[in-house]
Amino acid sequence: MELYQLTIHEIKDKLDAGDTTAAEIVNSVFERIDVVEKDVKAYITLMRDSAMAEASRADEALKKGRGGMLTGIPVALKDILCTKGVLTTCGSRMLSNFVPPYDATVVEKLKEAGAVLTGKTNMDEFAMGSSTETSFYGVTRNPWNLERIPGGSSGGSAAAVAADECIAAIGSDTGGSIRQPAALCGVVGMKPTYGRVSRFGLIAFASSLDQIGPFTKDVEDCAIMMNVISGYDRRDSTSSPEEVPDYRRFLGTGIEGLTIGIPKEYFVGGLDPEVEKAVRRAIKTIEGAGARCIEVSLPHTEYCLPVYYIVAPAEASSNLARYDGVRYGFRFREGRDLMDMYKKTRSAGFGDEVKRRIMIGTYALSSGYYDAYYKKASQVRALIKRDFDEAFRTCDALLTPTTPTPAFCIGEKTDDPLQMYLSDLFTISANLAGIPGISVPCGYSASGLPIGLQFLAAHFQEGRLIQIASEYEKQAAVLDANLDPQRRRPNL
Amino acid sequence: MEFEPVIGLEVHAQLLTEAKIFCGCSTKFGAEPNSHTCPVCLGMPGVLPVLNKKVVDFLIKMALATNCTINKKSSFARKNYFYPDLPKGYQISQYAEPPAEHGWVDIEVNGDKKRIGITRIHMEEDAGKLIHDEHGLASYVDLNRTGVPLLEIVGEPDIRSPEEAAAYLRRLHEILIYLEICDGNMEEGSFRCDANISLRPVGERNFGIRTELKNMNSFRNVQRALEYEIKRQRYILEAGGEVVQETRLWDDAAGVTQPMRSKEEAHDYRYFPEPDLVSVIIDDAWIEEIRRGMPELPLAKRERFVREYQIPAYDAGVLTASRALADYFEEVARLSGQPKAAANWVMGDILRFLNEEKKGIEACPVSPTNLAAMIRLVENQTISGKIAKEVSETMYRTGKTPEEIISEKGLVQITDAGVLTDVLVKILRENGEKVAQYKAGKEKLFGFFVGQAMKATGGKANPQLLNELLKKMLANQE
Repeated sequence: MELYQLTIHEIKDKLDAGDTTAAEIVNSVFERIDVVEKDVKAYITLMRDSAMAEASRADEALKKGRGGMLTGIPVALKDILCTKGVLTTCGSRMLSNFVPPYDATVVEKLKEAGAVLTGKTNMDEFAMGSSTETSFYGVTRNPWNLERIPGGSSGGSAAAVAADECIAAIGSDTGGSIRQPAALCGVVGMKPTYGRVSRFGLIAFASSLDQIGPFTKDVEDCAIMMNVISGYDRRDSTSSPEEVPDYRRFLGTGIEGLTIGIPKEYFVGGLDPEVEKAVRRAIKTIEGAGARCIEVSLPHTEYCLPVYYIVAPAEASSNLARYDGVRYGFRFREGRDLMDMYKKTRSAGFGDEVKRRIMIGTYALSSGYYDAYYKKASQVRALIKRDFDEAFRTCDALLTPTTPTPAFCIGEKTDDPLQMYLSDLFTISANLAGIPGISVPCGYSASGLPIGLQFLAAHFQEGRLIQIASEYEKQAAVLDANLDPQRRRPNL
Repeated sequence: MEFEPVIGLEVHAQLLTEAKIFCGCSTKFGAEPNSHTCPVCLGMPGVLPVLNKKVVDFLIKMALATNCTINKKSSFARKNYFYPDLPKGYQISQYAEPPAEHGWVDIEVNGDKKRIGITRIHMEEDAGKLIHDEHGLASYVDLNRTGVPLLEIVGEPDIRSPEEAAAYLRRLHEILIYLEICDGNMEEGSFRCDANISLRPVGERNFGIRTELKNMNSFRNVQRALEYEIKRQRYILEAGGEVVQETRLWDDAAGVTQPMRSKEEAHDYRYFPEPDLVSVIIDDAWIEEIRRGMPELPLAKRERFVREYQIPAYDAGVLTASRALADYFEEVARLSGQPKAAANWVMGDILRFLNEEKKGIEACPVSPTNLAAMIRLVENQTISGKIAKEVSETMYRTGKTPEEIISEKGLVQITDAGVLTDVLVKILRENGEKVAQYKAGKEKLFGFFVGQAMKATGGKANPQLLNELLKKMLANQE
């Protein structure tokens, strides 16, 4: 077993036992990157030099017995998180020269915990996409099949974890951008409750939906990462003062007696039969572990996608107004006057998908249309939230497929935005309701592509998700050795 | 046809908080361009606004002072438009859920009292400033002002004349300054006013088509711009034309309003709730806390002065023009025990001296203690009122105490009847002819004799005593 294949908790054990050093771990990860990155293209920016320096500092800290929760652990960051002194592009030409003078709160927390930052991972431009194909920096490939997309928008982070190009990674999830690529790349991905993790320094796509979360190789690592990144931040007014429990406490506590709801609206047309089969098998596994699975209804599910594609572009159209070429980022130099500079800068700086969403959002907020679109969408969003409140009255969690299909081919849906949008069909509802969700691997298609299982819980019930997902992970590995976290890795 | 103007004013008041509304940067005016900025007010990627609670304190003060209903829950909204002085491409303001509504202030024009409604008051952030290169080659952006807190005070269209508009503005201005939440400087733009104005035939209930007037940076200009606009609109309407709904800029030099280029105003602001901020919850405890710390407001002070000090309403108005002046007067009144005399001296000499030098009461060299001491010296007849005039001016020029001045200049009043009798005897003897005329009925010569006596004593004669003695002596003259 190579060092780069280990999980956070395994590395921690080895470091604590003195069996290895942070420098060896980091070296091992970068050697792995040297071998596979040319195929996967998970990163936009590699931070090799600073990572090596952080590794030696980590070893010193460990020697003095001053290790933190992530000391010496190589972690990759989606390039949507601001990193002081390090290029932060958000996958866009618009920010192709942007070096922030500040760290995102999550980046600060990772550094404080001793993490070694490996680099900035590829993503759909401004997180708008489900395949990482809209990036200005080229396409990231799915490590399980290089002809296929890794999912998105946090495709680089998911692929980096799946390809062992880091031990864990951070992504952001506005409509499924963590859970969907986690499912398609066969790793664990969590979108926490809105407000659980500070958004300060996260480049905004849709502010009322965006949430930062981890990609990890197993559920235990997910708990560790959540312990590090969660918590109130006075720099983010929407972050919650709700106390952060030790998420590791929920690991392996069993699920006997829990009630898991299966929303019937998530098992309808469009669901790939192989995905459905894998998820049905997972339901059996869950029941085998002593939980009761019951069918529930989330009646407003069909409105999730339309509501999302009004709310998210509306907020995005405003959030992206700051990219005007005046103060930082890309500027088209040959503008005749102010208006010309704006138009040329934004025409050349943004890609098609971003422009499409800015136009949709601008339209939805325009005078005369606001009531019919944005206002109505906000009202329906409240109904979607209420569906979940109802369901969580009787259920401890909900179980759904994470995505309707396994990873599709590169270029397959780029000309059909609506088809692309459908790949977030099952993940968007959690963002609209603000609830936490986790995706864990639950099987493979006949062609060997990973399939993800999603659990959703009530606000601030991340602990419950970790409890259920860790139990599922354990039981599934018993029933199918290919689902053992240590064995589920692609052949690269 | 008779037309009446319908006017509504929107006031933007820059607040005197130390820090900006959504970040910790200083709000100080006049600093090196872009030195009071940070990633938040520069609108850099990924940063978030955090509301400065002090701004809410100030809002509550203004809401209480203008009789508004304070809403327990209010929220922020984004007003979207592109301009280089607006780094985020949107201004964080309040729209659908304002924190204060349905208020009013009372004004008085030519003795007529009137109540002007306040539609709403809300919080928002100011934009930066563009400095245009004199050769027109480039524009420079100064973002120091970006994020400085503003209160927007939207008035009801209750105003019917430019005079009422000016009175309303003065009332708001005075309240803001009394509350110490705005410095009220119109030239530097800390107190700005836009006006909506339309005309309608007298008796008509519906509003006419309005124009919005901007760029009026003094009370006088507001009044002038409105006067001009009334004439302009009346001319159009009388000719059977229709007023164009547009924004017009006041051109101070030309004394006219000019339409703004239509491109600059063709905005659809696409307001929507600001997702980066949570609702503002103002509970009763917060309101009570602010209420307890509220100063006495100008109108209440005015009424109290009339009641408590028995001074005319006009005097009370002058003396409450600013909180500092009112405090000065009250201190003099308290120390001297003579409110009426205190009012006369403050309004008369002290304000005249200050106005001559364009100074405020804060810069007055005469301390309330000295002025009160002088008033007591008049009261106990140590000096005459006339001498006091000289003393007060000397106090203003030198800052000395009245006692020092009186002893230095030998200004103590003569109250010795013997001395004054001697003086009068001499004057009557030297003016035998006038005495005869007086006795013959030309009684106004009495003043002449008083004047001569005052001249002879250097003005120090006690006037009452002098009068008494003179009367007696003239009566006894043969």
